Amino acid sequence: MASDEGAEFGRRHFLTVATAVTGGIGAAFVAVPFLGSFKPSARAQALGAPVEVDISKLENGAMLTVEWRGKPIYIVNRPAAALETLNTVADRLRDPESEVPQQPDYAKNQHRSVRPDIFVALGVCTHLGCAPMFRPDVAPADLGADWPGGFFCPCHGSKFDFAGRVYAGVPAPSNLVVPPYRFLDDSTLLVGDDQGVA
Amino acid sequence: MSSTAQQGGVSGALVGLRDWIDARFPMTSMWKAHVSEYYASKNLNIWYVFGVLSMVVLANQILTGIWLTMNYKPSAAEAFSSVEYIMRDVEWGWLLRYMHSTGASAFFIVVYIHMFRGLLYGSYRRPRELIWIFGMLIYLALMAEAFMGYLLPWGQMSYWGAQVIVSLFGAISEPLAEWIRGDFFISDITLNRFFALHVIALPLVLVFLVAAHILALHEVGSNNPDGIDIKANKDENGVPVDGVAFHPYHTSKDLVAIVIFCIIFSAFIFFAPEAGGYFLEHANFEPADPLKTPEHIAPVWYFTPFYAILRAVPDKLGGVLLMGGAIVLLFLLPWLDRSPVRSMRYKGWISKLWLAIFCVSFVALGYLGLQPATPTATWLARLFTVLYFVYFLSMPFLSKIDKTKPVPERVT
Repeated sequence: MASDEGAEFGRRHFLTVATAVTGGIGAAFVAVPFLGSFKPSARAQALGAPVEVDISKLENGAMLTVEWRGKPIYIVNRPAAALETLNTVADRLRDPESEVPQQPDYAKNQHRSVRPDIFVALGVCTHLGCAPMFRPDVAPADLGADWPGGFFCPCHGSKFDFAGRVYAGVPAPSNLVVPPYRFLDDSTLLVGDDQGVA
Repeated sequence: MSSTAQQGGVSGALVGLRDWIDARFPMTSMWKAHVSEYYASKNLNIWYVFGVLSMVVLANQILTGIWLTMNYKPSAAEAFSSVEYIMRDVEWGWLLRYMHSTGASAFFIVVYIHMFRGLLYGSYRRPRELIWIFGMLIYLALMAEAFMGYLLPWGQMSYWGAQVIVSLFGAISEPLAEWIRGDFFISDITLNRFFALHVIALPLVLVFLVAAHILALHEVGSNNPDGIDIKANKDENGVPVDGVAFHPYHTSKDLVAIVIFCIIFSAFIFFAPEAGGYFLEHANFEPADPLKTPEHIAPVWYFTPFYAILRAVPDKLGGVLLMGGAIVLLFLLPWLDRSPVRSMRYKGWISKLWLAIFCVSFVALGYLGLQPATPTATWLARLFTVLYFVYFLSMPFLSKIDKTKPVPERVT
């Protein structure tokens, strides 16, 4: 047993702390690969990458469907007449002000989009995940005389307006989800990435 | 027993072996310290069997779990069908699987009763704060273990339940949710890592925590229904007068409890393994479909009290924080209770009333968390959430002013 006699306690303490700190820093560095490996892998990132969509050929009143992260994305070029209906149907909707956070902040407006004409939403019914149909036709036989156009889910009859806002009294509880997106230029849309917008 | 080898034959050889080991490993001394000469109060009642029962269930989960991994495939493409394969084609696979899935619920039942016992008799009070904290860490690890295990069958409720729970972390920060999933949605990658955590990481953590829980318990000694320190009254040999050895006295009592538990457990396994949709939800018998949300997503019953608290708050982040707060308060219990006595037997009516209110609130929240969120249910959940929090937050004050009865010198 070594004796403590004549030991330099200050020096001993310093060495203990220095060793512990060095070891602690080493442990922190070793933790990096372990924690880092939990992040989405290169393959997962590639499969989930934002999708670039050319909307230059999307005619007024037409809809385009693209896939992003395994889900259908609806892109609609809404004519002025469709936008006008957003005012008139407001009192028939469950959440006309989009209070439920089903959209990024920049789409929390009446038309639920960045540009009023271009509407982007997940084509997944908020009820049970069926794909709603785009029904811009006014007053068709199957949807009744007061149908101003919008989205209709054939599975359980949920109705949404041209901005994907859900009607009151249908099974779907909330508005269609608007994914993050931004415009690269007038005719190119990037779905899944909104950096610089939010 | 003398360690001299005057006995001949087999018993002599066994004594020799014991002595040989004891010279190299603290076998006999550990047996004495933790079993044959560990003295627990002689008046321990029925509430005191649930610690042992949770160890029995832990052993059941580990054993059946190991056997299940022999046939289970942790990939999105094969997980669901491999569970069906275990249920239909593997010899005794159905039994192993039901023992494991029923065991998960049984685990929470015995742990919740065990925790209630702690509340009832003040088992968390000084000097048992660390036992309580280790116990709470076990409870947290158990919740993580159960949550990740529920994803593995890759049924609809596995998938959407995980989707909902992981998105809670997304309320704190979206990169955090991505870090947990390893993907942008619950996918094969998520399943694979949950499998790894469920079968090796968390069981290891659980076993270590259980060891720490018991070591801390044996350091300070078990509490009793009177909340009396039995070590304050020892005989000439240093044995507490009111204590009896854990083995054979408490072990034989525990054995009866284990038999009764096994009877009830078997009844569920053989006659109601799904427990009417409470242990295994009906939607989980359909394979996971990322494009089709089930009509009503509810977590399994043991999570629903906290799920109800989460839903009671209109703000998502606020709900997550409140749910976390509900757990944090449990950790702080040893310091919230300022009563001069430990046991409910000697506490006054205020403490008794509030314990009752707390238990009713916890069960009511559990029930509400299983139901769809109608406006009435939401308001009820808010009421019980408030009561849940008031129980803890008023405790430092109320436990102090509550009139207590005198605590006897010896256990009754």
